[in-house]
Amino acid sequence: MIAGADQRERIVITGIGLTAPNGNDLPTYRESLLEGRSGVTPYEIRYVGKTVAGVCKFDELRYQKRKDVRRGTRAGSVGIYCANEAIADSGLDWPNVDRASVGVFVGVTEHGNVETENEIHELKGFDYDTKFWSHHHNPRTVANNPAGEISLNLGITGPHYTIGAACAAGNAGIIQGTQLLRLGECDVALAGGVSESIHTFGIFASFKSQGALASHEDPTRASRPFDAQRNGIVVAEGGCIYVLERYDDARRRGARIYGEIAGYAMNSDASDFVLPNPERQAECMALALRRAGMNSDDVDIVSTHATGTASGDVQECQAVRRVFGASPRIRVNNAKSFIGHSMGAAGALELAGNLPAFYDGACHATINVDELDPECELAGLVINQPHESSQVDVILNNSFGMLGINSVVIVKRV
Amino acid sequence: MTSGEIKEVVLDILEGIAPDEDLSGIVDDVPLREQLELDSMDFLDIVMELRKRYRVQIPEDDYVELATMQSTVDYLAPLMKDLQKV
Repeated sequence: MIAGADQRERIVITGIGLTAPNGNDLPTYRESLLEGRSGVTPYEIRYVGKTVAGVCKFDELRYQKRKDVRRGTRAGSVGIYCANEAIADSGLDWPNVDRASVGVFVGVTEHGNVETENEIHELKGFDYDTKFWSHHHNPRTVANNPAGEISLNLGITGPHYTIGAACAAGNAGIIQGTQLLRLGECDVALAGGVSESIHTFGIFASFKSQGALASHEDPTRASRPFDAQRNGIVVAEGGCIYVLERYDDARRRGARIYGEIAGYAMNSDASDFVLPNPERQAECMALALRRAGMNSDDVDIVSTHATGTASGDVQECQAVRRVFGASPRIRVNNAKSFIGHSMGAAGALELAGNLPAFYDGACHATINVDELDPECELAGLVINQPHESSQVDVILNNSFGMLGINSVVIVKRV
Repeated sequence: MTSGEIKEVVLDILEGIAPDEDLSGIVDDVPLREQLELDSMDFLDIVMELRKRYRVQIPEDDYVELATMQSTVDYLAPLMKDLQKV
């Protein structure tokens, strides 16, 4: 909560729907994180060939007809699954919820690459004659597609759009939902992020050309942030949508509250297309803390963004040290080591993996650290085995992206 | 291709477009839209699939000919009579 804000400003999480490479609901995902279960598997994609990826195995037909799956996009299906699961989890009396009062705010790293690549691949078989280009191309590739598919599926007539924020997008979706609730633009926000990125060869090829695509003979060991032998990013798909409501509304209906959005911040590096900027990252964390009316000693868990690249991990560690250096109680972890980098979903999924800590007191680990990179040594880094705490009250979730976009969300126990 | 084979082709295309529907009871002279959940994008899919599979070009003005199974087969018969079913 922003200091001094009235009760209307208090926004809480009352439902979570997710699909991750190692779990299609929060209890399973949490169990995987606590038991060290990776979701990274061998994967093959056109032109690039054999690689590894985090692949989700949720049941698309649980909430969609086969025709809807065929017509829409994978990101749309991920979003629809997560949104429906979140609503069910929230206990909202959905048939009687005014659909005009619901907003859909979905973070995406990118959208449209998968569909465009598929069409061009198909068109090649017709000697690039555009008479054979699909009329589905535009509705599949418009930037609002994943959020729009959710609104169509659930009959939601309030605002819907995506938030393009590179790999900061999951947090950005949550922040957008929080802001729109505070503005009174909606009463229920479905907010978070999705990714279909494993279905575009371009993202693999581009990371490979950049020297930032992870490889390992054992796929489950490929994603290894902070390890001295890390060699890049494991691309993953996934999604996580939250039901956000005003605290008063949630309390009035007796909803279970996972936590309160205590603070958030977004800023820009303004320094490089791809290289992170630890100074700006630290400023982003500090701003979120200030808005939450907290200092670094109040935070129990820092969920890092670290992706397993040589420089990115080191720079985030510098930023975390700058903000939390003297904090005695902080624990630091990383979910990408289990599931890979789920791009637009990452911020939302990684926060979700930590929220049960409010109930079970555990901080999941960052796995695959055989030899800690000395430059990634952090006080409180939870390596390979979860840490049992007596109580967790505050979680700070980092999510950063290309073009220098930083986002931080702080959630506190209610 | 005979009219019977053309009907098989159209049914095969419809199976892809409307995978949730039971096509076994389609009545030939009743509009497809009254029997199946089809919208304008679905009809464009029929047009596109015929183009991709058989290079059959259907001008926009002729889309109305695809209203029923019978009218579709009748319309396609002269266009596809010299083609082999694939």
